[in-house]
Amino acid sequence: MAEQPLLEATGVAKRYGAVSALKNASLTVLPGEVHALMGANGAGKSTLVKILTGAISSNAGRILVRGQERDIRSPAKARLAGLVPVYQEPSLIPDLDVLSNLRLTRTPVEPFREWIKELGVPDLDLRELARDVPLAIQRVLDLARALAVEPDVMLLDEMTAALPANLAERVLDVVKRQSQTGRSVIFISHRFVEIAALCDRATVLRDGETVGVVDIAPGIEERIVELMLGAKVEKKRVALKEANEELAGHAGSTRIAVRNLKVGTKLHDVSFDLKDGEVAGVVALEGQGQDELFAALAGSIRPDGGTIEVDGKPAQFHHPVDAVEQGIAYVPGDRTEALAMQQSVRENIALPFSAAFRNWGPIRMAREGATVQNAIERLQIDTRAQREVQRLSGGNQQKVTIARWIAADARTLLCFDPTRGIDVGTKQEIYKLLRQLAEQGKSVLFYTSELEEVQLVCDRAIVIFGGKVVDILPVQIADEAALTRAAYGLSRDSKAEVGVLAEPHSAPEAHP
Amino acid sequence: MSISTALPEQAPLGRRIKRFMSDYPLVPLLILLVLLVLVLQMLSPGIVNQRWIANTIKFAIPLALLAGCQTMTMLTGGIDLSVGTAATMAAFIVATQGVMYDAPTAMMIALIPAVIIGFANGIGVGVFRVHPLIMTLGTSLIGIGCLQVYQRTVIASGAKVPEFLIWLGTGVTGGFPNALLLFVPVAALLLFIQKRTGFGRLLYAIGDNERATRLAGVKYWQVILALYMLSSILAGIMGLLYIGLIKAPSLSLAEPLVLPSVAAAVIGGTSIFGGRGSYTGTIVGALILTVLTTLLTILQMPEGARRMLFGAIVLLVTAAYLRIIEDR
Repeated sequence: MAEQPLLEATGVAKRYGAVSALKNASLTVLPGEVHALMGANGAGKSTLVKILTGAISSNAGRILVRGQERDIRSPAKARLAGLVPVYQEPSLIPDLDVLSNLRLTRTPVEPFREWIKELGVPDLDLRELARDVPLAIQRVLDLARALAVEPDVMLLDEMTAALPANLAERVLDVVKRQSQTGRSVIFISHRFVEIAALCDRATVLRDGETVGVVDIAPGIEERIVELMLGAKVEKKRVALKEANEELAGHAGSTRIAVRNLKVGTKLHDVSFDLKDGEVAGVVALEGQGQDELFAALAGSIRPDGGTIEVDGKPAQFHHPVDAVEQGIAYVPGDRTEALAMQQSVRENIALPFSAAFRNWGPIRMAREGATVQNAIERLQIDTRAQREVQRLSGGNQQKVTIARWIAADARTLLCFDPTRGIDVGTKQEIYKLLRQLAEQGKSVLFYTSELEEVQLVCDRAIVIFGGKVVDILPVQIADEAALTRAAYGLSRDSKAEVGVLAEPHSAPEAHP
Repeated sequence: MSISTALPEQAPLGRRIKRFMSDYPLVPLLILLVLLVLVLQMLSPGIVNQRWIANTIKFAIPLALLAGCQTMTMLTGGIDLSVGTAATMAAFIVATQGVMYDAPTAMMIALIPAVIIGFANGIGVGVFRVHPLIMTLGTSLIGIGCLQVYQRTVIASGAKVPEFLIWLGTGVTGGFPNALLLFVPVAALLLFIQKRTGFGRLLYAIGDNERATRLAGVKYWQVILALYMLSSILAGIMGLLYIGLIKAPSLSLAEPLVLPSVAAAVIGGTSIFGGRGSYTGTIVGALILTVLTTLLTILQMPEGARRMLFGAIVLLVTAAYLRIIEDR
């Protein structure tokens, strides 16, 4: 193509210590195109976007804007170069009115007014404090603020996620028209429907590398899913665990029944059962409501609608203690959320024992010591540095968070991505432990961002997309490909039936 | 974030000493205390005798009691600035009510304001989440105001400190101050609470990571309410002891000890950010401050210079101590 790209990034890499968030990413955006940036969780999308908008700086790589190398090492400089982001979270300062927010970024007011009218918010008082503006409208204001400075390349991160349908339509419409004026948009979304309607091309990232650039055409979503998964697509389909099949036959009685659960704007309508003696996987892309689901089940936040039944009785959780007393324990993915870092391994494991007022008295040290030791041995925690949990390795810390509830003999564990960022050996131990718990008749709800874990650990997979359960896959077919398709809201049955991009006649053109 | 431990025998000597200090944070404090006493003995030979020791302990005990309040609240990341008021009110009331009632009744009455202040602090901090610094400062001012009003109503009736309290505050039996009869059980109780009870565990855990305790099923307000009431009552008891020592009730009796009590806890290794510390360290911290005061007194400096030196030494000691025991 003779056309000079508006934005051209090649060989972009970013390391955090020993971890590579981005290895070799490239992205070329042509004038007047809407370009989708796609990739599974942790593929490096947000890292790339942050580099392009100056929020973080890269370790390597070249970024050209209109063929020239530009300094974009701070958000202000990136703006000057014509790269303007609209992030997932509202970026207006809540305690300033809208007008002051505009001044802060030197946004011209008149174009801004035009754009918010265009976007379907005609009657907005610019003197209103940003915190009083509804969340969905704030997102639209963010967009209008970006549009008003007429950027060459606008980066939209999950723009439509929190919008009601009518606003979303207007937004997509405006974005589409934006591209007709010769400007470009980089569009990040998990929704194939929007991508099909809006985008011209898509760049696919996997494990920090650009693995393909495809033109959007009917039927392309299969190709994109393949690219996102890479070589993993075919090989896993056969690897099934015998134990799982055995277990599927005689699952226990219903432990937790969730019906039509609704939490805030993220979780709309979730229903499923968790049975005694099973590990139920939860699979979702980032921000599909899984955090809210776990928080509601753990008693951390109150649902806005729907019911939770525990052992057949309706339950209302006002405080995590209500869930704990029903034997439901939440193991957060972020270890710093669950551990008292300066305390010893023993004190961390024994923490739930003294939680209730009636247990504030003298501790029976011998009995507590035995229980704790038991849990430590069960999880094989390396106790050489047990005086302070913060001296332990990440994997050992994660084990402590689980050991606490083994010691407390919780009947149900809600594990939120417990294997994130820990070593392979510890991961295996955690898998084994969760299976053992299920065999003892306990139940585990297991959210994971690493899809291959589902077939290693779970009995079935509950897939959540856009705040709703879109599919429940039996483990036999829950390989990475099927899960990825389901997580993007695509139907599991057959490729032909995939409806969102309609007629399957033209073959997709791919530039790997 | 994940620092794996090296085995001690592989580490160089400096590192091993640091690790040792970190594991036994009391050792450097005791060394400092002994050093101070030695300096004192050198500057004024013969001053360190049994009588001096008894006297030092006698004056260190009220400070150590107030510092106990700070240690407990600081473990949760809080602070209790109302201890001065709770103590002063208890002292003032016991002296004035002592005219009309017998000693036990007067003491019970004297502790009532402390209970009320502690309750208010606990509700404010635990339920309404007011910052402890502000909450306890507020109740402290309100309490002193109430005491001024109360003073006018009793101004005619005079004051009488119960004999028992004078005996306890000033008496020495067989070379030991009688105040130890109160202090040793109280200190043992505080240490037991910190190390061996569920409540004590929760104090450390809340100061370390409140969110984690919530997920483990801990109700924050319950712990905080109990904590601030305990702190206030302890301050009230200190007030009773202190009036026995000073014997002259006033509206600012214990106030000068409030900030030194915070200093004693900090010097003793309690982190103001919570989660770390122990009452044993605080006791040594109180002794260090008391000896330091004596030391500066015999230097015969002008008052201003003495205070400057006191402040500078407290700062230096705290900074140096944290460097020694932090194992990073």
